Parts: sequence; C-alpha cells; structure tokens
Amino acid sequence: MNILEAANLKIWDNRTGKVIVPNSSFHVKQGSCLAIVGESGSGKSLTCRAIMRLNKAGISQSGDILFNGMNLTELSEKEMRRKRGKQLCMILQNGMRAFDPSCVIGVHLKETLAWHFGWSREEITAKMKHAMASVMLKDPVSVMNMYPHQLSGGMLQRVMIALAIVLEPDIVIADEPTTALDTISQFEVVEQFIRLREKMGCSMIFVSHDLGIVQKMADEVQVMKDGEIVERGTTRAIFSDAQHEYTRYLVSTKLALNHHFKKIMGGVSVAER
Amino acid sequence: MGSYIIKRSLISIPLLLIISFLTFVLNNLSPLDPAEVVLYAQGVPKITDELITETKAALGMDQPFLIRYLKWFVSCLQLDFGNSYVTGKPVWSLLGPAFLNTLKLTLLSVIAIIAFSIGLGVICALREGKWMDKSVRGVSFFLTSMPSYWLAALMVWYFSVKLDLLPTSGMDSYKSYVLPVIVITISFAGVYFRIIRSAMISNLNEDYVLYGRACGLPEKKITMHILRNSLQVAISVFCMAIPIILGSTVVVENIFAWPGLGTLSVNSILSRDFPIIQAYVLVLAAAFVLFNTVSDIINAAMNPKLRKDL
Repeated sequence: MNILEAANLKIWDNRTGKVIVPNSSFHVKQGSCLAIVGESGSGKSLTCRAIMRLNKAGISQSGDILFNGMNLTELSEKEMRRKRGKQLCMILQNGMRAFDPSCVIGVHLKETLAWHFGWSREEITAKMKHAMASVMLKDPVSVMNMYPHQLSGGMLQRVMIALAIVLEPDIVIADEPTTALDTISQFEVVEQFIRLREKMGCSMIFVSHDLGIVQKMADEVQVMKDGEIVERGTTRAIFSDAQHEYTRYLVSTKLALNHHFKKIMGGVSVAER
Repeated sequence: MGSYIIKRSLISIPLLLIISFLTFVLNNLSPLDPAEVVLYAQGVPKITDELITETKAALGMDQPFLIRYLKWFVSCLQLDFGNSYVTGKPVWSLLGPAFLNTLKLTLLSVIAIIAFSIGLGVICALREGKWMDKSVRGVSFFLTSMPSYWLAALMVWYFSVKLDLLPTSGMDSYKSYVLPVIVITISFAGVYFRIIRSAMISNLNEDYVLYGRACGLPEKKITMHILRNSLQVAISVFCMAIPIILGSTVVVENIFAWPGLGTLSVNSILSRDFPIIQAYVLVLAAAFVLFNTVSDIINAAMNPKLRKDL
C-alpha cells in the first residue's frame, strides 16, 4: 500500500514561466524509504516542498498529491497546516538556519508541540527530554535553552529528528539532511535516521547527493535529472544494474570516488582488494 | 545581559567627553570675539579696546583655554550653560522649555513613525508585488519626495485655512500637534517602512520560516518571529530617529511657529548667541550618544549573537 502518491506533478516559475518539474509521478510505499537523488537544480527540493505545499510565492504547482488516499492539493490552507508537522514532517538541510536565530531552541519546540497537541510546558519538556536523549543529545534541558548559533549543525539536525520522534508523523521528508555536515556528524545523523525508522516505522523521503548514505538508508531510489525522473528501482537494482545512462554515471562516479579514497587511505593494494 | 548594559553604558562616557571637548573647540574657532557680540547685544554705542578687555575678564575669556573648558564642562554637568549673550538670562531657562517642547513633538512623531513603518512594512512585505504593496510604495514615494515646508504649507492651507479644523501655528492645545506630527511622520515613515519591508522580505525567505511552516505553525506566530528578526535592523534606525528629529525640526518649527529647539537655535545663530548654540550642540550630541547606546542595548536584548561582542 502506498502512503504517498504524486501524479502528474508539474512545478513552474510564475515570473519566468520556466517549467522546473514538467511531469513527475511517483509513490512511497507504507513504511519504506524512498531516496531521491540527482544533481543540484534537478528539482528534488522543489518536489519535496510541493508535497508539503510550501514552495515560495513565485513557484506554482499542479497535479495531485495523494496522502493516505487524501488529495493534499484540494485541502484548504488551514487543513494543510494541521497535516504539516503532525502527519508530514520535514527535516531541512541546514540546521543552523532552520531555527529562529533570536530565540532559544526550546521556543520552536514548545510552540510546535503546544500548537499540535495543546500540551503544557512541563509535558513538552518531559517528552522532548526523552526524545533528545534517544538521539544521543546530552543534557537536553540546556540544549533547549541554547540559541542555534551555540549548537553545532549535527546537534541541530538531531534536535529536528527528536522533534519528529515526538510528533510521530506518518512520513518524514528529509531534504538533504546531511549535506551541510562534516563526515562524523553525517555518520551520527544517519544513524539517528535509521533508528527513527526502526523505532517509529514511519515512511520517509530522503533527498541526498550522497549515494553512500542513500545505499545505507533507502529501500528504493528515484533518480532525477532536469526535473524528470529518469530511473526508479530498488536500491540494490540501482546500484548493481542501473538502466539509465545518467544513473550509471552517478553510480560509477561514486565507485571511482570510493576507490580513490581507499587508495589515499590505504595504498594501491587496499584499493585493488 | 546586565554586564553588557554596564559595559555599553561605560563606553558612552568617553564619547560624551570627546563630544563636549569638540563642541567647545568648534565654538571657540569662530572668528567673532564673544566680548564684541555681548557688547553689540547690550547696545553699547562705542566699543573700545578697554571695554572689550573688561568684558572678556567678566566672561572669564582671559583665562587659558583648558581652564575655560573645564569650568564650562563642570557647570554643564549641573545644567548651567552660562547666560545668554543677548538676553542675559540663564541658557537653561531658554533651552530647557524649548527642548521639552521639541521633545514632545519628537516623541509623538516617533510613535507615529514606528506605528506606520511597522504596519505598512508588514502589510507590504506580506503582499509583496501585489497592488497593495505597489500602491503604498507609490504614494509614500510621492509624499516623501515633497519638501517638508511645501507639505506643511499645503496642510496648513487645506486643514487650517480651508476646512478650519486645526490651528495654523503655535502650541496651544493638543490640536496644535496634529499638523507638525503629520508632516514629520510623512517625511520619515515613507523611508523607514521600506527598511521594515525589505528586512521582512529577506527574512521571509529564511529557512526558519520554511521550517516553522513545515512544522505546521500558524502564520501569525511565524510573522511574529519574522517581525522580531526584521525589527533588529530597524531598532537602530528608530532609536536614532529621536535625536535626528530633535535636531531637524527647524523647518517644521519655523512654519508652525513651534516654540522649540529649532526656532531657538535659528534665532541664536542669527544673533550669534554662543552660549545657547554651544549648549544646543552639546544637548543634541548627548542625545545622539544616549539613543545610540539605547539602540545597542535593545539590539543586544533581541539578538543574542551581539551580546558576545563587548
């Protein structure tokens, strides 16, 4: 059963008339993780935002987005707002910029949870403390009392994951959540994403440049180029038997990079092994 | 935050000292001899060298420069700016009431400027590119480009002469405030609302707005976050508007015959009444330092990153 289905999704820029995503149809199976890969400007982020109906004012979209059988494009803004966060949760690329720089982290968390669930401050703090501890954030209370610039990008990503844990959405849309992080933080954040899925069994759309992470995270992979889906398949099929030339290029580039990395780290013999 | 306020306030003390010294130096650079000015003002028929020397001694002008400065500075701290050369009255008895009158006009205008700038800035930013935004910007551009004396004259003609609703000049009742406040507000709010508008628009595109929306927060809450961040740019501008208006009401005060600093300063300059000019410059400069400090403190309260800088 599909939790999310996009049919004939078209996204274009109102001002220039330029079509960015001409006609995109895809689905996400209940409980599975769909990775969307492709180069910058291929329309991955716009597709994610189109699902949430959160593209900027100058960007328009048409087509249907069915979420649990309900067409999101037909909902009023008020109804859509109720779905956001609680049922469809988004995690952004740059944690540093995802929180209001003038407020401590706790403000956003409390506003979101109070709005959706009407919980008291104490309830919110207790639930967030638990969720933040589960994503390996030490001293959750002091983290909640810190400003975004006092925390690292990786910590802020984990705060977003912790919020998703408390919100318990049906689907998490992660828009390049590891791109702005260093390798160690990437590893930690990916671990938390894997645990999030294991724990909640939620479906996920995972947008990434990093094929290594995609291979680790995703059940299915969808490759986008110039706004079009050029190939889709299971992760195993995409990495071992890609059909489209562009997919083969992406996979071979990744393999070449791996080879180069191993060569630098351990010499030619290691690379050839 | 407490230590920031103390540190920031302490920085303004040397600034005030430097400003007071510069004010004194600039006034003393004038080619006119103050003793001669006093004698002219007193209507002495024949000014002799002896008389000038006597008057200089009476004014304490025969003492070394630094001694004169220190004496002047110490008495300034007690709000004693000396006596007017023209009327002989204490400067503060003339400057004090005029300062209060201008301050009332300024504060009312600043309240109106802040209200209009924030209101119009938010409305225009949330409707960027739509007819509302375009028309507000068009009308404000038209009104702001009018010189204030012309706008004031038009207002007086329409509201006071033609409709007979408001007084043409003076400071008799609350009605007297309406026209000068409108003229000052139009010339400032037309520029300041654009600052709020552009700050709001740039904040609207920030990721924290997208994430707030993605978390399902209501637009009202998100707008408050955007406004809070946008106001940081405008706080300095609003705070500095107070001393700027205090020092730039000359035209408006003269048109509306407002008994304030502008009128007093023009009369003092024309009659070369140095003690008043000196005190006027010092009071305005101190107002600039004071409001600059206040704006820094408010900004630090709103922006946690700034608190580390001191």
